[in-house]
Amino acid sequence: MEGVGETGPHRVGRVRPKLDLDDGEVQACRKAATVIAEGVEAATTGLTTVSVERTLLRILGLNGADENGVPLANRLVDLVHAQGKLGRGIGFWVANALLQTGLDLKGIASTCAEGELDLCGLPEADQEAVRRRAREECEAAVAAVAAGAQERWARRERIGENPPPHRYVLTATGNVHEDVIHARAVADHGGDVIAVIRSTAQSLLDYVPDGPTTEGYGGTFATQANFRIMREALDEWAAQNGRYVRLSSFCSGLCMPEIAALGAIEGLDNMVNDALYGILYRDINMIRTLVDQRLSRRINGFFGVVINTGEDNYLRTADAQEAAPSVTASQFVNFELAGRCSLAPHQIAVGHAFEIPPDTPNGFLLELAQAQLTRELFPDSPVKYMPPTRHMNGNPFRTHACDTLFNLVTVGSGQGLQTLGAPTEGVFTPHIHDRVLALESVSYVETTARDFVDEIEFKPGGLVRRHAAATLKAARKMLEEIAEEGLLVAIEGGRFGDVPRRRGDGRGVEGVVKKEDRYLDPLSETLSRAPVAMG
Amino acid sequence: MTGIRPYADHEDDGIVQVSFTLPLPRGGASRTGALDVARRMGLASGEVVHQTELTAGYTYVVLYGRFEGRIDPYVREGLHRESMSQEEIDVFVAAELGRPIVVVGASTGSDTHSIGIDAMLNVKGFDGDHGLEGYRSFEVHNLGSQIDNADLLAQALEISADAIVVSQTVTQQDLHVHNLTELCEMVEAQGIRSDTVLVCGGPRISEELAKELGYDAGFSKGTRPADLATYLAREMAARAAVQARSEGG
Repeated sequence: MEGVGETGPHRVGRVRPKLDLDDGEVQACRKAATVIAEGVEAATTGLTTVSVERTLLRILGLNGADENGVPLANRLVDLVHAQGKLGRGIGFWVANALLQTGLDLKGIASTCAEGELDLCGLPEADQEAVRRRAREECEAAVAAVAAGAQERWARRERIGENPPPHRYVLTATGNVHEDVIHARAVADHGGDVIAVIRSTAQSLLDYVPDGPTTEGYGGTFATQANFRIMREALDEWAAQNGRYVRLSSFCSGLCMPEIAALGAIEGLDNMVNDALYGILYRDINMIRTLVDQRLSRRINGFFGVVINTGEDNYLRTADAQEAAPSVTASQFVNFELAGRCSLAPHQIAVGHAFEIPPDTPNGFLLELAQAQLTRELFPDSPVKYMPPTRHMNGNPFRTHACDTLFNLVTVGSGQGLQTLGAPTEGVFTPHIHDRVLALESVSYVETTARDFVDEIEFKPGGLVRRHAAATLKAARKMLEEIAEEGLLVAIEGGRFGDVPRRRGDGRGVEGVVKKEDRYLDPLSETLSRAPVAMG
Repeated sequence: MTGIRPYADHEDDGIVQVSFTLPLPRGGASRTGALDVARRMGLASGEVVHQTELTAGYTYVVLYGRFEGRIDPYVREGLHRESMSQEEIDVFVAAELGRPIVVVGASTGSDTHSIGIDAMLNVKGFDGDHGLEGYRSFEVHNLGSQIDNADLLAQALEISADAIVVSQTVTQQDLHVHNLTELCEMVEAQGIRSDTVLVCGGPRISEELAKELGYDAGFSKGTRPADLATYLAREMAARAAVQARSEGG
């Protein structure tokens, strides 16, 4: 078993090229992705959002809610936003209040929430003193979170993990305490990463609920308290069983950076963190999402969290074969955007999915081609591979058979992270035993096909190589077109997942704020120093 | 002796397979507990063929048993006659109504799944079968997912929709029942219930549930766009015929 410190998270073996890809095409893709990412930065620079501002408060340790359950972080930011003064940054107003009132952050927040204090009505202290105070507070808070992260890596290394692919299993009962039981069953049967699916529509809440939750539809709310409950349970399991189990959640939706901050504080190892998902599938305003994703990814990058990008989702609405180039193109864009947020390649689990209809002749080979292509294009990234979900029906036995072949693709292309499909996912949120059946299938395939990846080659001119080359070529063409018109225009034109979105529309647009010249951003300043060294 | 039994290997053997988890450690208690469950389900000669301890105190059981009763197949007539093809529907609607049927559809409430409504309404359709957008005989307004019932109703009023099609995928804790009931009540309160064909669909929606909630029809998993289109075409034609008779008389 390899230790985390030497190898990095989910570090997979060096991929052996088998597709004879045209290096010129690959370089052209990377170049176009760079141009696209630069365009995104240009379109979002000079902007902040209510969630970005709340993130600073979360990092500074502000939790808790008022008597109506509204988080104090929201109360504070909303009060300033309502006065049109968020363009200076919540960091400015809070640091000023710390200097002027002598209260601590929690005291300031609750006094404001009670209507006893107007942050923007206080006299302004010397600008330099405010800036210094903001930076000191932020540096101390970030250092404390970083120390926790380093402790966690040391623990992960000391206890040890399974070799890749790491089995990524979803739980979603709605009740965090039930999720703990499901997570134990998953760990007992070889699961490596527990991802607690969020409650339906949490991604559209412009706040992170407070406290532990026992009710939720389609999943369990991502809250700081729920993170902590699950983290403690998994750490306890790891201590008893001598194997580290990772925890993952979802940095997506309207609270992307805030959830990243809470995850870092509570010791999450992984996060789903796509740049485009919220725009396409939750109709969140594209500017809002692109500003939010940047900070969320910087936080994940800084604190050593592995992100999973979400290209796999595009195939649920579009045809899997026709849309294959758009997935590859999106991988390049996601990878480039993530890299610009200081995420190292081994922290970027590029997404891919097995969504070709099961009755397609040679669908397995096409899928293997796509999986191998992803591995070769991103050789230092773990790649997170998603099972077929779109085509699953009410027959659990058929689903189980499809999942088993999916597992063979994962093993046969040397993926780092493998999301498990469960036999009943076409019917409902899988039951506790369905996940164990899924894990049994994975164990079987990993054992029976252990060295498959080393044994297999793809013949020149054969279906696999041809499909990979055609997909790459079409992705290059698409990327160059997007680079020409810009990502925002491309999204408006429905290039990803067949879902067009307009830049002035969508949820959360009212939370986008133009930064003033005197905008104070202690968090970005702190994070732009060297990220925490791994191990 | 009338009625039938489940069939596994030969007629009348009544054999069924059941699998479930008991909150018990793996052992004698989980085995006897499972057999008790089988007995209470009306299964005789229960046999536990497999047990897995999922985690401490939870055991997964697979068992076989014989259903000793008999059931009479409950066949309701004319519920869903065989569906027409897209071409047949287009011709049928043109002949019977002489105008396209106006349909508004959405996945309502907090349900983020647009897959069901998209499969039925978007031209891309499902399983090689075009959605209603692809028909000449339908004018389709697909609002997508996470649509409030109020917004759906407002849109229906604005475009004078003939039919409202609602998709519900998430069913945890009966969320779909609440959503569907609310919409039906709102449509009634608006006074357009009798002028509107109200249908719902989703993996866990049945015809029975739909009727119980006050809908005209419900469509479950496996429904093709042509099934929905056929229903709407026939229902609209039937209503037009009734109206013509009453106006004529």
